[in-house]
Amino acid sequence: MNERRAARSVEAVFREDRSRLLALLAARFGDLDLAEETASEAIEAALERWPVDGVPDKPLAWLLTTARRRAIDRIRRDRAFAERLAVLQVESDRAAAVLLPEPGFEDVPDERLQLFFTCCHPALSPEAQTALVLRFLAGLTTPEVARAFLVPTATMAQRIVRAKRKIRSARIPFRVPGPDELPERLPTVLRAVYLVFTEGYAASSGDDLLRPDLADEAVRLARILHRLLPAEREVAGLLSLLLLTDARRAARTDAAGRQVLLEDQDRALWDPDLVAEGRRLLVPALTGPGAGPYAVQAAIAALHDEAADFDSTDWPQIVALYDVLLRIERSPLVALNRAMAVAMRDGPRAGLALLDDLAGAEELRGYHLLPASRADLLRRLGRTSEAAAAYRAALDLVGNEPERATLARRLAELADP
Amino acid sequence: MKYLLLINTPAPGSAEERPAGEPTVEEFMAFEKAVTEAGVRLDGNALELSNATTVRVRVDGERVVTDGPFAETREIVGGYYLIDVPDLDAALDWAARCPGAKYGTVEVRTVWEPDRS
Repeated sequence: MNERRAARSVEAVFREDRSRLLALLAARFGDLDLAEETASEAIEAALERWPVDGVPDKPLAWLLTTARRRAIDRIRRDRAFAERLAVLQVESDRAAAVLLPEPGFEDVPDERLQLFFTCCHPALSPEAQTALVLRFLAGLTTPEVARAFLVPTATMAQRIVRAKRKIRSARIPFRVPGPDELPERLPTVLRAVYLVFTEGYAASSGDDLLRPDLADEAVRLARILHRLLPAEREVAGLLSLLLLTDARRAARTDAAGRQVLLEDQDRALWDPDLVAEGRRLLVPALTGPGAGPYAVQAAIAALHDEAADFDSTDWPQIVALYDVLLRIERSPLVALNRAMAVAMRDGPRAGLALLDDLAGAEELRGYHLLPASRADLLRRLGRTSEAAAAYRAALDLVGNEPERATLARRLAELADP
Repeated sequence: MKYLLLINTPAPGSAEERPAGEPTVEEFMAFEKAVTEAGVRLDGNALELSNATTVRVRVDGERVVTDGPFAETREIVGGYYLIDVPDLDAALDWAARCPGAKYGTVEVRTVWEPDRS
């Protein structure tokens, strides 16, 4: 009983602090494998000791000290390994005094920002970046990361091993980019977290519309980033966007797991606390010149969240914000969303004209929401046979089951209103 | 740590457009000076683009020599630098400063070492 309680507490501590422990060890040794190995050994030791000795006052410091001892043992045992690390030692020693406090040290520093930037280094592919972020910063196991992306565990294991090998062999550094590099490097980190969220929010394939565990992880990661970089407006913008979007989660599916579109959602189910928190973050994110793309998207999400119902949404303001967003990033996806907002402001015909302009966009080829959006506007215009054809085109492209069901239902309603 | 910067340029006679033109001798000399004065340059050369020759030895030991690069490519290695810097970020900074990056691409490779791969 006592043993089980200690086991639970070590798991809780480890879950919470695993990424911090890993980040500290990776920063010290410049090697993710050694960091993982010694972190796991420290946990095993904790599972053995804590039930007997009690949970220490500063569990993270205890784990860190234990992991460091294991690492030193390993280095003593394995000469080749030591030589490889010796090269790295020179650089990390410079920072060692700050990085490795003695047990009992008041606050163990949070080195996860370094790990964020290493995992999201532009020399790694976007797929590898999101996998590494989930593995090392969210603390998911490889099978969990594999499940998140619906690939076999072996495939994901190989992807992670390859990425780790590149970090080591090309020597991607564990460091936070300087202020001059930040504008170039931060967007990659934000995109990785955003991708984790979007995959959780509207799974690209599979039976579930939502994979809440991934959305939760993304929000948690965005919170960590915001804590580590409080002055970066786009970090606040991203967290705001995720919260304002996630606030609608409970209303997005019905009891049977079917998709409920924004216009049909029961707005009483939206989480007012998340909306309030998202709106608070929006203020610093939007204040000052040159608001970033996440802040602008968050502002759009806030307008939806504030509307009493779909029809009374401030569509002119939403269109205006999409105009701003289009100036920041000329993306056909943004243009598609803008077209649908224009359709609400000026009527379906105006929206349809804008969608037709996007027909040849390479980026939207194979994207089900382009024909699905056309279908909705054609339906509202009463052009039934064209709408049916567009729904069928969307059905050919859609990946997840609940969205497929929504499209199929719309198509059926056309034939039999 | 040693990094090789492979400077790729459009192959002569390829249909590849060169919107940005070509690096000037002055640009390369300025880079050469910077990389040398920083103490990171181990080696570096521009390569003659017009006279590549490819050699392959068959299973039976026959030596096959052909004119030109191995495959019809749009890009050809036009030069290289071997530099010694602490990490990939430093190597990428030098690669970005290399005039070749503005007109073609610079591929950054590490020298293989048995214990690191």
